[in-house]
Amino acid sequence: MSPTDSPQPDAAVPEDALLTVRGLRKAFGDHEVLKSIDLDVRRGEVVTLIGPSGSGKTTVLRCLNGLEVPDAGVAEFAGQLTVDFSTPMAKKQVYGLRDRSAMVFQHYNLFPHKTVLENVIEGPVQVQKRAKAEAIQEARDLLKRVGLAGKENSYPFELSGGQQQRVGIVRALALRPQLLLFDEPTSALDPELVGEVLTVIKELAEEGWTMVVVTHELAFARQVADEVIFMDGGVVVERGHPDIVLRDPREERTRQFVDRLLNPF
Amino acid sequence: MTVNWALVWESLGPLLSGAIFGTIPLALASFGLGLILALLVALMRLSRNRLVSAIARTYISIIRGTPLLVQLFVIFYGLPSVGITISPWPSAIIAFSLNVGGYAAEVIRAAILSVPKGQWEAGHTIGMSRRQTLVRIILPQAARVSVPPLSNTFISLVKDTSLASLILVTELFRQAQQVAAFSQEFMLLYLEAAVIYWVICLVLAGGQSALEKRLDRYVAH
Repeated sequence: MSPTDSPQPDAAVPEDALLTVRGLRKAFGDHEVLKSIDLDVRRGEVVTLIGPSGSGKTTVLRCLNGLEVPDAGVAEFAGQLTVDFSTPMAKKQVYGLRDRSAMVFQHYNLFPHKTVLENVIEGPVQVQKRAKAEAIQEARDLLKRVGLAGKENSYPFELSGGQQQRVGIVRALALRPQLLLFDEPTSALDPELVGEVLTVIKELAEEGWTMVVVTHELAFARQVADEVIFMDGGVVVERGHPDIVLRDPREERTRQFVDRLLNPF
Repeated sequence: MTVNWALVWESLGPLLSGAIFGTIPLALASFGLGLILALLVALMRLSRNRLVSAIARTYISIIRGTPLLVQLFVIFYGLPSVGITISPWPSAIIAFSLNVGGYAAEVIRAAILSVPKGQWEAGHTIGMSRRQTLVRIILPQAARVSVPPLSNTFISLVKDTSLASLILVTELFRQAQQVAAFSQEFMLLYLEAAVIYWVICLVLAGGQSALEKRLDRYVAH
């Protein structure tokens, strides 16, 4: 446990929680993007964040990966690390968050000057200091699993969007994170390429990976998610089992949003 | 007008030796040191620390806002009056390096800023520190962008080294001046010097294309 004194969580923490977040706040200038967000992610669970653009869902994800430093709130990785964002210490502790999670970006953000294989082994070899031969073997296995065997020496520009995003996923997996974060992983893809990426994510979920997924793919959320969180205006409006939140939401705002996605015109 | 070919042939030796032992090493050394300085100044300029950034901005402003010839004269003819005497070669290298440092810093800064923010984030998400991300992810991509403008800087520098003749460095142009004074064939010698500068710059432009091609291997065409 980290010696940091954390404020008493105001909601009960589930027994098998991997990540617990309480009271996450973030403002950009005068604009309050997150107004006290709570989040519990259990081991092996898939949590999806949905909501209109500007609702803050991507910011939640970025805070969990230390790409943004929240103004307040506490994040706790079960028994390993507690970060209290209201302390000056937090800026250093975000590295601890990064070590435990890995992000898959909407626009892939592959390293264009490195081959597929180099993209994947960069973190394990350069950051985690694992043996290169072992990292390469693991990278090859992972690439094969997502259907990219034979693409090891290609450069990202030679791949389709769907292939690039699968490399992005493998790059995250190769870090052996405890938590996978997906930021709208299919939003930049041509419609016919969405399926191949969602299939990979679904398989990972079935294998027991813990993940938080920001998505607009409601069908995917319904099939894969254990919990759906609907955010709007920087607050959680509604959360629960996908069958409830996506089929029979309690809140009017959720209902409107889901209707609009299902019947865009 | 008849061309004195015998003199062209005779003067080729001293002019080429001025190029090989003066102009070229002077340009190479100044460019190399200047680039190191430029990278440093570019990073200072990008620093979030206001003082550090202000120092870099002031340096760039002074270098770009004053003539190279004046900078050269301050170092060689000016500094001795405050007790610092530097011989011609080091004076020239200092002046040219400082000059390249100022101009190339802006090129490198722009190149670093041209790399998408997502690349920094991708580096961070795989656990890299800022420094690691800069060195392994950002600079290699910035290098590609900065080759054309830095080649410009280098080519300008090669020609600017002729100013070193005014602080007694024996380089291509000074050799041409001396032969011209002796033979009174000014037109011939200065044109001959011009041709040699041009040839050096042609070679450099060729090198630029080759380098661009090499760095472009990971970009769609």
